[in-house]
Amino acid sequence: MSRLAACFEKLHKSGKKALIPYVTAGDPEPGVTVSLMHAMVAAGANILELGVPFSDPMAEGPVIQRAMERALEHEVSLDDVLKMVQTFRQSDADTPVVLMGYLNPVEVKGYTDFAREAQAAGVDAVLLVDMPPEEADDLLSALSAHELDMIFLVAPTTDDARIKMITESGRGFIYYVSLKGVTGAGHLDISAVKQQLAKIRLQTALPVAVGFGIKDAESAASIADVADAVVVGSALVRKVEENADSVDNINSAVAGLLSEMRAAMDRC
Amino acid sequence: MQATDNNSDVYQMPDGRGHFGVYGGMFVAETLMGPLAELREAYEKYLQDADFLAELDYELQQYVGRPSPLYFAERWSKQLGGARIYLKREDLNHTGAHKINNTVGQALLAKRMGKTRIIAETGAGQHGVASATVAARLGLECVVYMGAEDIQRQAMNVFRMKLLGATVVPVESGSRTLKDALNEAMRDWVTNIDDTFYIIGTVAGPHPYPAMVRDFQTIIGREARSQILQQEGRLPDALVACVGGGSNAIGLFYPFIEDKDVAIYGVEAAGDGLETGHHAAPLCAGKPGVLHGNRTYLMEDAHGQIIHTHSISAGLDYPGVGPEHAWLKDSGRANYVAIDDNEALQGFHDLTRIEGIIPALESSHALAYATKLAPTMTSEQIIIVNLSGRGDKDIHTVAEHEGITL
Ligand SMILES: Cc1ncc(COP(=O)(O)O)c(C=O)c1O
Repeated sequence: MSRLAACFEKLHKSGKKALIPYVTAGDPEPGVTVSLMHAMVAAGANILELGVPFSDPMAEGPVIQRAMERALEHEVSLDDVLKMVQTFRQSDADTPVVLMGYLNPVEVKGYTDFAREAQAAGVDAVLLVDMPPEEADDLLSALSAHELDMIFLVAPTTDDARIKMITESGRGFIYYVSLKGVTGAGHLDISAVKQQLAKIRLQTALPVAVGFGIKDAESAASIADVADAVVVGSALVRKVEENADSVDNINSAVAGLLSEMRAAMDRC
Repeated sequence: MQATDNNSDVYQMPDGRGHFGVYGGMFVAETLMGPLAELREAYEKYLQDADFLAELDYELQQYVGRPSPLYFAERWSKQLGGARIYLKREDLNHTGAHKINNTVGQALLAKRMGKTRIIAETGAGQHGVASATVAARLGLECVVYMGAEDIQRQAMNVFRMKLLGATVVPVESGSRTLKDALNEAMRDWVTNIDDTFYIIGTVAGPHPYPAMVRDFQTIIGREARSQILQQEGRLPDALVACVGGGSNAIGLFYPFIEDKDVAIYGVEAAGDGLETGHHAAPLCAGKPGVLHGNRTYLMEDAHGQIIHTHSISAGLDYPGVGPEHAWLKDSGRANYVAIDDNEALQGFHDLTRIEGIIPALESSHALAYATKLAPTMTSEQIIIVNLSGRGDKDIHTVAEHEGITL
């Protein structure tokens, strides 16, 4: 069984929901990332989403844009991110790692080389924001040949026919984008999320994660109430930014917020 | 002497999902897939709609000032001593460039779709001005995204947009130029999809933009084709146009694609020279990749990061190019060449002094290539150069380059 499937099965048995933090790899500098990954797991994260820096992150709000710019100042590349995952894996064999980013760095490396190297590094799944299922046939076969899951997004603007197609192509889990907007936007509408999740669940038995707009313990708990997993990104990346001059402060600030979310999610 | 259309080899691009061979497509976040489908349906519907087409025609004639002349540059042709050069005078359009052909079309579409707010990205400010202009004309709210760097370089166009009632938003992210303005406009669109229409200014972006912008710009080539048949009784031997995103070029080229005897030249910006790496010539010196919703040639590093571009003309300073040009390059139907900053400036001065026409620095790249091409041809042969815009906006850049303070 894949790490992702095992993770969701274990959580399901204990009646818990997955907490999925996102940070940008190499932000604010490459040396921070692996220790931050371990700190997040210790604070209650179940799955890690690691952002691959890209020069033109079209779907990100200002907080994650700045994180990518900080990482790119250190010329953090896809190769570097794979090395970080490999290092993380040496002392954590179980926590699933999802790479999240944009298509072009993968396109330039080549799908097959990417899939092989990602599997070897210990990556479990890939989410490429600007790669819809319609364009993904070749990438999907390269990934599945290397036992990697491709995670697709469903949005508030996705109609039933597309939900069907996306859930048929997606593996690992489905990622529901809770709002029309970029990452870090702040207008979460729980009842609208609930409605769209019901439609997704009609089409698939895959776990459904919800992200965009979750920024504190309260919003994490209310999403955990309706979804299988809670993704939190900009709120954590903001902590990284605010504490950029000290690794210890980054780790404790990020872990602090995650522990609050974990506690609130487990209470319901 | 009528040229006959040869339909044995019909060019039909893109396919239903916006592919030009391996290029093009729809590489965007899921939130935009639905709205893009809606846009595609509206565009396909209205391009068949007699009322819409009549309205578009009326605006192009009465507001833009079409048809634009096809002017025989006799003195310049003689001096070069070769082919007869005709200039398609898009500089004479309202607002001074070809950009308005597209903004009029898209804004009328926005109105039909019930959108009340339009957004646009701009580099040189020409597309921003054209968008602000039609927004004023149609009573629509208009927000223009412009790189903070370009706002410095193009102060006059920024003020024009403000006079026209548009809000100009400086973009501080990334390289603070056109590509970042496009990113920011996409972010606005994804946030305000319900009431907002995004007018992309060139044949880039996700499907249907490359096809739609092309269709609105082909008025250039359709007019040029019938004008040259009328004035010379035959088709030209060569077409020359500058390529930033590629909209003025495809607008001229498209109606001639099946005329296999017409050579096609797209001219990219070689900036400081292709060998220096400081340029904006993805077709001549880039590699395929995915940016801004489509697969095409890009200026990128070995890790797939988009790299900084340089050109003296802000309108050519873009790291990508429309996917149809990528296809035309690979298929061999069109040739892509590059002209550096100094050559373009020479073209700028030549046309100004010899024909009394001050061209845009973008268009000056096409002119400079024509000065190389014409002498290799005979006086029986014909070149059409797309004079995509007028140079008033560039006066300060040229003066500065030559150490003159105005
Ligand atoms: C006069 C003029 N020509 C050409 C261009 C380049 O755009 P495109 O390649 O889409 O025609 C611009 C862009 O601002 C322009 O202002």
